[in-house]
Amino acid sequence: MADAAGRAPEQYNYDIVRRFAIMSLVWGVLGMLTGVYLAAELAWPVLNFDIPEITFGRLRPVHTTLVIFGFGGSALFATSYYVVQRTCQARLVSDGLAAFTFWGWQVAIGIAAISYMFGYTQAREYAEMVWPIDLLIAVTWVAYLLVYVGTIRRRTQPHIYVANWFFIAFILATAILHIFNNMEVPVSMFSLKSYSLHAGVQDAMTQWWYGHNAVGFFLTAAFLGMMYYFVPKQAGRPIYSYRLSIIHFWALVFLYMWVGAHHLHWTALPDWTSTLAATFSILLLLPSWGGMINGVMTLSGAWDRLRTDPIMRFLIVALSFYGMSTFEGPMMSLKSVNALSHYTDWTIGHVHSGALGWVAMISFGSLYHLIPRLFNTAIYSKRLIYLHFWLATIGIVIYITAMWVAGIGQGLMLRSFDEYGNLVYTFIETVNFLHLPYMVRTFGGALFVSGVLVMAYNVYMTVRKARQEEAALEAKIAAKMART
Amino acid sequence: MDELLTWFTDMENTKPCALVLFFVTFALIVLYVYTGKKRKERFESYRNIPFEEDDDAASSAGKEQ
Repeated sequence: MADAAGRAPEQYNYDIVRRFAIMSLVWGVLGMLTGVYLAAELAWPVLNFDIPEITFGRLRPVHTTLVIFGFGGSALFATSYYVVQRTCQARLVSDGLAAFTFWGWQVAIGIAAISYMFGYTQAREYAEMVWPIDLLIAVTWVAYLLVYVGTIRRRTQPHIYVANWFFIAFILATAILHIFNNMEVPVSMFSLKSYSLHAGVQDAMTQWWYGHNAVGFFLTAAFLGMMYYFVPKQAGRPIYSYRLSIIHFWALVFLYMWVGAHHLHWTALPDWTSTLAATFSILLLLPSWGGMINGVMTLSGAWDRLRTDPIMRFLIVALSFYGMSTFEGPMMSLKSVNALSHYTDWTIGHVHSGALGWVAMISFGSLYHLIPRLFNTAIYSKRLIYLHFWLATIGIVIYITAMWVAGIGQGLMLRSFDEYGNLVYTFIETVNFLHLPYMVRTFGGALFVSGVLVMAYNVYMTVRKARQEEAALEAKIAAKMART
Repeated sequence: MDELLTWFTDMENTKPCALVLFFVTFALIVLYVYTGKKRKERFESYRNIPFEEDDDAASSAGKEQ
């Protein structure tokens, strides 16, 4: 069926991919700007202005929700819908259902962000959404699963490419995590307040089973799906080892679910649970590095691409950060290291080396690959991609280094005792110590955000150029038709 | 049968059983993936799926400004 302008419909549904890709950038800009403001609030508390809606406590979930679910989630919807169609060589099973996932997801993110600013939260980290939003997300997610599995079922390619395995694992695991972590009893039908179905240490255990698997399946497995498609495509050569990718997948899936309890070392959690989580965290190093090596070695024999292709730089640096943060994570899960690192800014640094270095960089690389193809044009400026790359990379390094200094220093100060067993430092002295690294962190974050703004401008100009090219082409065809 | 089920519902028995089950399954997957010459060729042929039906000409580097 042709559209109103008489054009043949696209072989694949790229419209939904375009929408999610653009919204990913919109949420990315908003969420990361919020992050920089939060960093500035910590360095200069006067920026809270005594306005409840913009205080750190309320803005923090706005930042995490916008960057994880808004930016990361939309990038995943976009790339997964693109990858499943391309690798299965089949159009999405339902355009209507895919559009529903778009609106469901965007409305949930938007309402959630506003609700946090007004103080509505269920106070579960990375799952702060109140119960009606949880229900909306659950319905949207089921629709996502139906679209994804339905598309795979109608594939013309006999084998399901490994990127899709990672995406399916992400969709299924996220559904399970979301449902079990959000088992709440609302106070009444018309109240946004609810109470968790779990209690005490079980509640904490459920929360961190969710929290770490959100990292494992949302922020890792899904982005690995992205990696297994976009790294080979951008490199112009197939993945280094397909068999390694299969082992990578199964090892990751078998191991990840067990590690959440390492967030609760030295608490009321039974010691064996804590040890089990640390053991599995160490084991996770093997598949993580196996996957990283598989991605990086894809460029084997074509390393010169790194000199000439800024998109390839984003992808390879992302894999390097993946390797680094998946080494740092297991190390921090050791009880002795955790005794120093937990409740300090080292954790924040670790999270951002994964979130900015791995998740954001692989998303930027994939989106730079994707956008020109979606709009059937070339990127507006390759130089701006280089500029973005350096702003992002330098920004991350400054950010992480500042947080290492802050966290390790803070941890050492909090654990210092004099010869009589008294604390050497008062709490306020540790806060004073943090001021300088907090300022440096704000600067690093600002550099990273300026890179994202450069990307947003580059993408905007690319889309505008695509529209102009399309209009010029249509005018040319119309003139030719008029002459004949 | 009831006795076996009761034994299995004890968490102290369930945990090692689950561990053995998962570990053996994983070991079998590794064995399956890394044995057999034909299987190796078949698996490695799947690497090329992203390159089948390539129509990326529009966004080639040549069009970049």
